[in-house]
Amino acid sequence: MAAENLSTKIPSRKRIATGIALLVIGLLMSVFFLPGTETGQTATFGLNLSSSAAILLPDMTLPVQTSLYVLVLIVVFMGAYHMARGIRSPGALFGVVAFCFVAAFLIWATRGRSLSLIGMLTSSLVRATPIALAALCGVISERAAVVNIGIEGIMLIAAEASVVTASLSDSLYIGLMVGILSGALIAALHAWLVIRFKVDQIVSGVAINIFATGTTSFLSSKYLQHQSDLLNNSGTFPIISIPLLSKIPIIGPIFFENNLIVYLMMIIVIVMHIVLYYTPWGLRTRAVGEHPKAADTLGINVYLMRYVNVIVGGMIAGLGGAYFTLGSVGRFDEVMTAGKGFIGLAAMIFGNWNPLGAFTSSLIFGFADSLQVKMQILKVPIPSSILGMAPYIVTMIVLTGLVGQAIPPAADGQPYEK
Amino acid sequence: MSAKEKTEKTETRPKSEKNRSQAFWQSLLVPVLAVFTGLVLGGIVIAATDKGVAAAFGNFSANPVGIFPAIWKAVATAYGALFYGSLGSPREIIEGLRVYRSSGDMALLLKAIYPFTESLVTATPYIFAGLAVALGFRCGLFNIGAEGQFFMGALGSAFVGYSLIGLPWFIHLPLAILGGAVAGAVWGAIPGYLKAKFGAHEVVNTIMMNWIAFRLSDWLLTGPMKASGFRPVTPTIQRAAELPRFFPDPLRFNWGFILALLVAWLVYWFLFKTTLGFEIRAVGANPDGAKYAGMSVTRNFVLVMTLSGALAGLAGASQVLGVDHWVGQGFSAGYGFDSIALALLGKSHPLGVVLSALLFGVLRSGATRMQSLAGIPIDIISIIQGLVIIFVAAPAIIRWIFRIRVSEQETVLTRGWGK
Repeated sequence: MAAENLSTKIPSRKRIATGIALLVIGLLMSVFFLPGTETGQTATFGLNLSSSAAILLPDMTLPVQTSLYVLVLIVVFMGAYHMARGIRSPGALFGVVAFCFVAAFLIWATRGRSLSLIGMLTSSLVRATPIALAALCGVISERAAVVNIGIEGIMLIAAEASVVTASLSDSLYIGLMVGILSGALIAALHAWLVIRFKVDQIVSGVAINIFATGTTSFLSSKYLQHQSDLLNNSGTFPIISIPLLSKIPIIGPIFFENNLIVYLMMIIVIVMHIVLYYTPWGLRTRAVGEHPKAADTLGINVYLMRYVNVIVGGMIAGLGGAYFTLGSVGRFDEVMTAGKGFIGLAAMIFGNWNPLGAFTSSLIFGFADSLQVKMQILKVPIPSSILGMAPYIVTMIVLTGLVGQAIPPAADGQPYEK
Repeated sequence: MSAKEKTEKTETRPKSEKNRSQAFWQSLLVPVLAVFTGLVLGGIVIAATDKGVAAAFGNFSANPVGIFPAIWKAVATAYGALFYGSLGSPREIIEGLRVYRSSGDMALLLKAIYPFTESLVTATPYIFAGLAVALGFRCGLFNIGAEGQFFMGALGSAFVGYSLIGLPWFIHLPLAILGGAVAGAVWGAIPGYLKAKFGAHEVVNTIMMNWIAFRLSDWLLTGPMKASGFRPVTPTIQRAAELPRFFPDPLRFNWGFILALLVAWLVYWFLFKTTLGFEIRAVGANPDGAKYAGMSVTRNFVLVMTLSGALAGLAGASQVLGVDHWVGQGFSAGYGFDSIALALLGKSHPLGVVLSALLFGVLRSGATRMQSLAGIPIDIISIIQGLVIIFVAAPAIIRWIFRIRVSEQETVLTRGWGK
């Protein structure tokens, strides 16, 4: 009896509600996806990016109805099992169900046709890059308890600064450096305002966003549009295939055939994880974010930690800004970040303020983004803008704490007074 | 550091002999100086990007004094166009009045007051949206979602405006206004409820609601609410749902402005003269204290976010019913963030919000003129706005620039993500 109680820590009413919700999802899946299918119909998923790859994998051909039944059964089973016994990891539960739902949706949408799965996953990673960089900027500054809602503005300024310098100097690397430095500069302004003057952190971020939108659009319509060959034509970083690794089927084309900024993003994810959790610096950062007073008592310079973390975050966001121009289209357009900075903040929260989580949730957002585009190509009868709402709705659900939990650093957003 | 802080502390100690009018003028000091500094810095940007100034600098060694007239000319042309484009010229107005009184011909007068009425038209949605954000601030809530609520309100009132046919105006117009308020209220209530029930932070949720509103409107404007025709816009609203205009056609000045002033007064009355308003301010000042005193913090969160959303929805409604008469994509561009600036500048007081909305109306509508006359992109206004917010939020900078000693009580606006 006692063991039973220990194994099911979740209150049973909530458990039953979640279980019923899962059963309903299973039911909805069968109601929505099954009626449109025919027996013997198949869905084909391409697993090669190009036909010239070293190791060619056969296309994955799935029988539509059977696969749908299996996926619905998995969801129903998870729901029933959760009600009866309880699944302790809400993340795993949510992950499996979400996977089943997306898989069912994809199979249903591609029924009788074919879809390049690898192409879609590749573009997911590419689309996730600016989101992940914004999220990482958020992680590192919020771990030191400084909320930075001005990431959007930082990226916008960095995007413009990097494309202009790259065009003028004819060197993408100089452009990239200037982009990163401009990010650091704006972040330093934010840090100065919120640490020295104790300006409300969200207000300062909002001001940076407005200021950045104004400045970049002002300069763009004053100069960039008139001399676009000279100032707004940088070219982009080429795609670098990593020898050997890029030959691995499936993983190779997704992760090892990208441009410099995508690689840098992945490196930053790993480095930030190591720094935050396995170095004294990371321990101090987290201490400053959780309990600055205690950290101060132990001789950690709270202000210095916050300044450095926010500025490093600004450099990462600057890299994200450079991605929009140097890594993607090679030119600046007004308000081209289109809310990616805010989505990055959502990815940070979704990823529970840690680098790997932020990266994973950025991938989910990127996947949703590329799914939306693919659905338009496949002419799915669901409007793409409705699909486009999904990431935002998922973020809001995550914030409620019903699935997974979002616990910010304890001192997040509060100024520190000695 | 510590010595400096000590002097700041003694400066900010409230003086016991401080009387009310002195406090009033002091509370105006920082916003006014912030706007002034913002305009000066904007002028520097204008001068720095001006061709004439650049030419004068090129000629610096030959004629070092020549740069000052060049700078003066650049800034005066720009700001002259700005204020001419937003306020009109007094000479033309007097001339128009003279003609009107002698011959009864209004054409000249209408032409002369056109710029000023356009500023009031621009200010109208700002008043509503600024009130929305200000109300949130008073309860310690940061409503970044005014943009989405504005859009939903516009769509709501447009829907009521074009779908009901044959109603008399005294039924249709209030219904259409109500439609906007309800749509905005729903959009604000969701984050409010999530905050009250689950503690989910309203800043992120209102941003998410903004994006959901954009996607939803993309779908509505290309699908269910699309007018017959090529462009993704709603049908034009019925005549009976329009907010009546005061003057013949090119002048768009309408009853929306009067409604906005009325609502501003209502918000003032609600916040400062009712028990509920007191509760809201108490929760904003100190949620723990308010809870201890027996007030329901969570109920106030939901209530304030709903009302705030309704106000932002009214902003959208006033724009649709009074000015545009239909809704297209990108309708809400920028109102959300501008309204935050407004609320901060107006210190979350309805009167302050109205005054700053008038200022923003003047700047925004004059900037269009400045763009065509002086070739300065309209985005200069956003630069000035961003600077003004920074200065208002950090009065210490203003005090440092102008070497003034003000006793300011800093108000807490938000509290991190989690709480």
